[in-house]
Amino acid sequence: MTNAAVHMEGQLHAPAHGAVATAAVHAKGQQHPIRLYLVVWGWLFVLSTCSYLVDYFGLHGYLRWSLILLFMVLKAGLIVAVFMHMAWERLALTYAILLPPIAVMVFVTIMVLESEYTHFLRVLFFATPS
Amino acid sequence: MAETVLTHSGQSPARPEGWRGIAADWASDQRAFKNVSWGKAMMWIFLLSDTFIFSCFLLSYMTARMSTTVPWPNPSEVFALNIGGNHIPLILIAIMTFILISSSGTMAMAVNFGYRRDRVRTAALMLVTAAFGATFVGMQAFEWTKLIMEGVRPWGNPWGAPQFGASFFMITGFHGTHVTIGVIFLIAIARKVLRGDFDLERRGFFTSRKGYYEIVEIMGLYWHFVDLVWVFIFALFYLW
Repeated sequence: MTNAAVHMEGQLHAPAHGAVATAAVHAKGQQHPIRLYLVVWGWLFVLSTCSYLVDYFGLHGYLRWSLILLFMVLKAGLIVAVFMHMAWERLALTYAILLPPIAVMVFVTIMVLESEYTHFLRVLFFATPS
Repeated sequence: MAETVLTHSGQSPARPEGWRGIAADWASDQRAFKNVSWGKAMMWIFLLSDTFIFSCFLLSYMTARMSTTVPWPNPSEVFALNIGGNHIPLILIAIMTFILISSSGTMAMAVNFGYRRDRVRTAALMLVTAAFGATFVGMQAFEWTKLIMEGVRPWGNPWGAPQFGASFFMITGFHGTHVTIGVIFLIAIARKVLRGDFDLERRGFFTSRKGYYEIVEIMGLYWHFVDLVWVFIFALFYLW
């Protein structure tokens, strides 16, 4: 390993400074300030508390669902981007990993329509007359 | 490690970034994902496959729940606990969520200290992570025991739709298995870190290959994924 590489390895950098200049550093391992992890950790606590409070206060309907899904996506995003370092990976890897799960959304849509149709048929033919 | 081509000065040539970089990486005649080591790429690909498995479980659960005409048990009540005479809804799951998030925090810090070659701190943080994981599994065992005592089975439950039991045991069971495997993985790597295997370039027992501190990050990816899956289970199974 060259001296330059050793030097880069010990170097710290702020994540806000563009990925281009620091790409070589990342090849030698993901190094980000500890403070960044603590901040993300704190946010995950806040978001989880918010999720819990949605249930605790018994919110209902679209408000409940939009809040639950919002907090879920924000938490997932923070974990993948910072804890799993996806924000600093090569784009080729990022797209290879993140696009397929987004395609799963199509499957979700199909199954929502399908289950609503099944539910409709069950109500139509099997529900006990009252 | 990641570099395959070196210039005369011993450094890898600059790789294009952005869309040009994606095209260059995928069109490569050597390997895709330049500057990403095999170990990391393979862990990501494994996690992608695991994502599909968990997606299928959650999707089946969603389909069962949306299509049944029998009432679905209210998770808020099912997972409520009586603490000090107070009836608190969903409290057990909330505590489990905070424990798992904390384990992700300590894991992220362990990765950082690993790359700084601070052996003791890395191993200590990994063992704390493992302890959080074990606590989570312990609480899950308590949760399962409580529900089984109340009569929940994979084929039925006292409060309504029988698919509730099947979904619950399948989804949380599969997730709990992942946590358990993660705890074992964490302890194994923490031992290697503490013993200095990655500084001494000691060869692995099974593989006879030298390990690197990067394995801490790779196992961190697995651990954060377990936390990530819980985020979805928490929202879609317990809060729905």
